[in-house]
Formats: sequence, structure tokens, C-alpha cells
Amino acid sequence: MSVLVYIESEEGKFKKAALEVASYAKEVAQMLGTTVTGVTFNAEDVSELGTYGVDKVLKINNSKLKDFNAEAYADALKQAADKEASKVVVVSQSANSKYVAPLLAVHLNAGYASNVVSIPESASPFVVKRTAFTNKAFNFTKISTDIKVIGVSKNAFGLKETEGAATAEDFSPNLSEEDFSVNVTNVDKAKDKVTIADAEIVVSGGRGLKGPENWGMIEDLAETLGAATACSKPVSDMGWRPHSEHVGQTGKPVASNLYIAIGISGAIQHLAGINSSKVKVVINNDPEAPFFKAADYGVVGDAFEIVPKLNEKLKEFKAKNA
Amino acid sequence: MKILVCISHVPDTTSKINFTDNNTQFDTNGVQFVINPNDEFGLTRAMWFKEKQGATVDVINVGGPETEPTLRKALAIGADNAIRVNTPATDGFQVAKQLANVAKEGEYDLIIAGRESIDYNGGMVPGMLAALLKANFVNTCIGLEIEGTEAKAVREIDGGKESVTAQLPLVIGGQKGLVEESDLRIPNMRGIMMARKKPLNVVEPVDVTAQTEIEKFEKPDPKGAVKLIDSDNLDELIQLLHTEAKVI
Repeated sequence: MSVLVYIESEEGKFKKAALEVASYAKEVAQMLGTTVTGVTFNAEDVSELGTYGVDKVLKINNSKLKDFNAEAYADALKQAADKEASKVVVVSQSANSKYVAPLLAVHLNAGYASNVVSIPESASPFVVKRTAFTNKAFNFTKISTDIKVIGVSKNAFGLKETEGAATAEDFSPNLSEEDFSVNVTNVDKAKDKVTIADAEIVVSGGRGLKGPENWGMIEDLAETLGAATACSKPVSDMGWRPHSEHVGQTGKPVASNLYIAIGISGAIQHLAGINSSKVKVVINNDPEAPFFKAADYGVVGDAFEIVPKLNEKLKEFKAKNA
Repeated sequence: MKILVCISHVPDTTSKINFTDNNTQFDTNGVQFVINPNDEFGLTRAMWFKEKQGATVDVINVGGPETEPTLRKALAIGADNAIRVNTPATDGFQVAKQLANVAKEGEYDLIIAGRESIDYNGGMVPGMLAALLKANFVNTCIGLEIEGTEAKAVREIDGGKESVTAQLPLVIGGQKGLVEESDLRIPNMRGIMMARKKPLNVVEPVDVTAQTEIEKFEKPDPKGAVKLIDSDNLDELIQLLHTEAKVI
């Protein structure tokens, strides 16, 4: 009956999103009067998970699962859910979790609700609140299947520490050849850069910056803040910045704590994509830019003057508050 | 090579989102419907396979007759045949089941769907479809080449990309990157005329029970007014972000 959680890790460290879904699972487990079982892949020390509400860890150690593989991971999680007789499985909304979840849902005959932003409204019937229309609305979805898969949006619930400690148990799912029919041949990932998916702060530039040669100040500001860099759609369409930085309705969603938009007017599609960010700051020379209606804080003025100045002041602030 | 492109009929990205019937229905009044952008990138890539590698391209939608103009647009862009499964789309699983039923009979080598639709953002149909068909699956696909029965795909991951290989049949959840924005095609008059004569087959649905149901919608709380900070007083902005918003 235990609530099952897929605990994502990278290079031996648990991802923040994984600890967040563990915290969420604990809340659901309390509603249902049960415990939380986390499933880890090739993680060694799992003691940290107890702090975030996991009661028991199923440790999978298998060199074939060293790299993420959606089908194999889905199969392993399915077997873990069977073993624990889980009625609720919780995953994050990282790229990997979004890849695994629909496969897992079919294997478990489970209804799947993605983009969930709060704890279930009720357990019976099981109703969750989700974003829809790219953050322009919410919906309340009732899941009617016996087993449910819940994808919890980043930053929607937060981390919740508990006093608990987790017990650990080795688990060896039976994996078949077919589980490995999509083969990874190359991974191209910036090692020392904060990703938009993981970032607490995102600094984003738009057409107002006039050209790719002016991105230095965006990168400097991002570095000072430990932020990820992003851009608007026209900027990625013109090839000033890579597609992977495009945020908005057809690009990446942003759910950071702080989103700083520089030289971005705020088209409805852009605003939809970044709407889940908690605090929004806009810097734009056009006081009529629609972004000012969506932002919490705004500075009207020339980005080329303001951004370097802001960066210097932030550096001083960081030095003082370090 | 036989390709099936799954087309979601969605409100244009600029649409105002409102609800009717006590917030239980999406208000379609005055809304223009389009091909889901993530699907359109996939359709355009399918056109490339058709033109360069001699593939045939079918497009499919699960929905009522009101979705036919969207399918006709896909035909005008260059798809060969359209299929409409004659039932309203209710949830991701129901749509995946209906698609799987048609896909099985059609023996497609490659099925292209969008990573998610821009209306319900479920992001589940491509994966569920692959699982139901026991086909290989690559999600958030930003590059795709096919040689014989092997696919070479590029997948976007958090913070980078990953190259993968897989045998056909393959289902992908596609997005921008499969083709560029500038590669998207606006149907010309000839395409539109030809689309009128192309087959649009209406098939009856199989019996499926949806697993989820939307009980009601809600709009976000209206936003408070923006706090404007003078550009000569950036210290104030930093203080507000630190003490009021508590984000730095």
C-alpha cells in the first residue's frame, strides 16, 4: 500500500526535485494512512531520504541502469510498485520523469495526472489540481483507476523535512532484453552550467538586446546569481541563442523562484511559459511592454545601462551577505 | 516507410482562455483552432521524409467533426491521408487507446506525436501509445534520421541532449528542433485545392473507459500591480528581492 516515489539522482547525488516529490509523497501517505517507499538507481548512501519523509528505500544496483533508460526504469518501477502493492506512485516533472511516467502508467493500468501543483484535494475520490493551457488555468482532475501515477511540478510543493529515518533494502527487478532497445550513443551536457530545469533563478534575454554579441552581460548577471540563462522565442528563432534556452509555450516551461526578463516585451506565449515562476522582474525601456502587467517588480530603462550596474550591485550584496 | 502523425486540434497560442458551464467546459467562443505546435514540427519533419525518402504520411486526430479543418490543413501542408476517430477526446489514455487501435491496423514504421499539446499539457499520449503498441519510444525528440529500419534520434534532456538509436517501429514525442521554426510551411493555394480531394476517413472509436476526468477549471488569481523601481535606485530592487520576495 506504500506510496512509491521515483528518486532521481545524478552522479550519486539526489536531485532536489526528487527530495521534493518525496516530501509530497509523505503528505499523500499521511492522507492514506500509509508509508513512503523510495526507489533509487545505483545510489549508495540513501540516509538523506529519511529526512524528506521516505520510510523505506528499495535500492536498485545494476550496472545496466547506470544511464537513464526510460523503458528499463519504467519496468523496474512497475516491479517495485507491484512488490509494495502501491496504489499511488509519485514522480517529478523532469525530462526523465516525464519520459518514464506514461510508460509506467500503462504498465500499471494506472491513471496518470501530470503537472500537479498541490496535495490531493481529496483521497476518495482522488482529485488533484493541475496546471492547464500552459499555466493560463488550472484544472481539477479526478483519477478513477485503482492505481494512480502523479507527476508533481517543480517548486509546487517545496521541501519538507521530517524527523524520520529510512530503512534500506536491495531490490533486483527482472529486466528483459526489450527494456534496452533504445540505446544511448552520446550525451552532450554542460557539466558546470545550471540548467533551466534545476535553476532557482533564471535570467532571460529578449530581442531588446539587439544581438547575440550582447549576451555577455546576461551571462555575467546569471553567474553572479548562480542562475541559468534563457531567452525568448524570437531570439532562439534568429539563432542568437540555442533552442535549449527558449522558454515559453513552445519552449521550456520555467518554474523558478526568480525570473528576470531583460528586453523581453512579454508576448502571451512567453508569459504562459514562465508563469509558474514565483517572482518575476522585468527590465525594459518600453513602459507599455505587456511584461509589466505580469511582473512583480519592474525597472523602466535601458538594459545596457541597468544590467551591468545591477550586476555590480548584486556582487557587492553577495559579498556582504556571504 | 509508413508514417503516422498524430495531430491535436488546439486553441491558437494567442487565445484568451475562458470557461463556461460553471467552469466545467473550455469556452471555444471566438477561439481559433490550429495544429498543435509540437505536432506541426513533427508533421514538417514527416514531409521531409516523404520528399527525400519516399515515405507516405497519414495524419490522425481523435475528435468530433469540428476538428476536420485542422486535419485538412495538415493535408494542405502535404500529408497523403487523414483519419479522424469519431469521438471526443476525453483523457490522454482514451486518446492513446484510440490511436493505438488505428496504428496497429496501419502497420506504421514511425509514429510522430507532439511532446505535449498546448491545451491540456498532459505529455502522456506519445508514451502511452508506445507502451500500448510495444513500440520503441523517444520523448522530447529534437532530431530524427531514419536509415532502413534504424532510427537515430536526438533527445532533449535537462541541461543538454542525448543521441540514441532504436529500431523501427518507433513512436516519438516531438518538439521544436525536429525542424526549425523557419521550416514550417504555410499551405499554398495548390496545397489547399489538393487537400480537398485527399481522403479524410472517419473511423468509429473502440470502446475505452477514460481513467481521468476533469471536474472543473479555475483561473489563476489576478495579479497585483507591478512595483516600479527607478533605474537610479537599483539598491531598492535588491533589497526588495532580498527582504520582501526572499528570493536572493
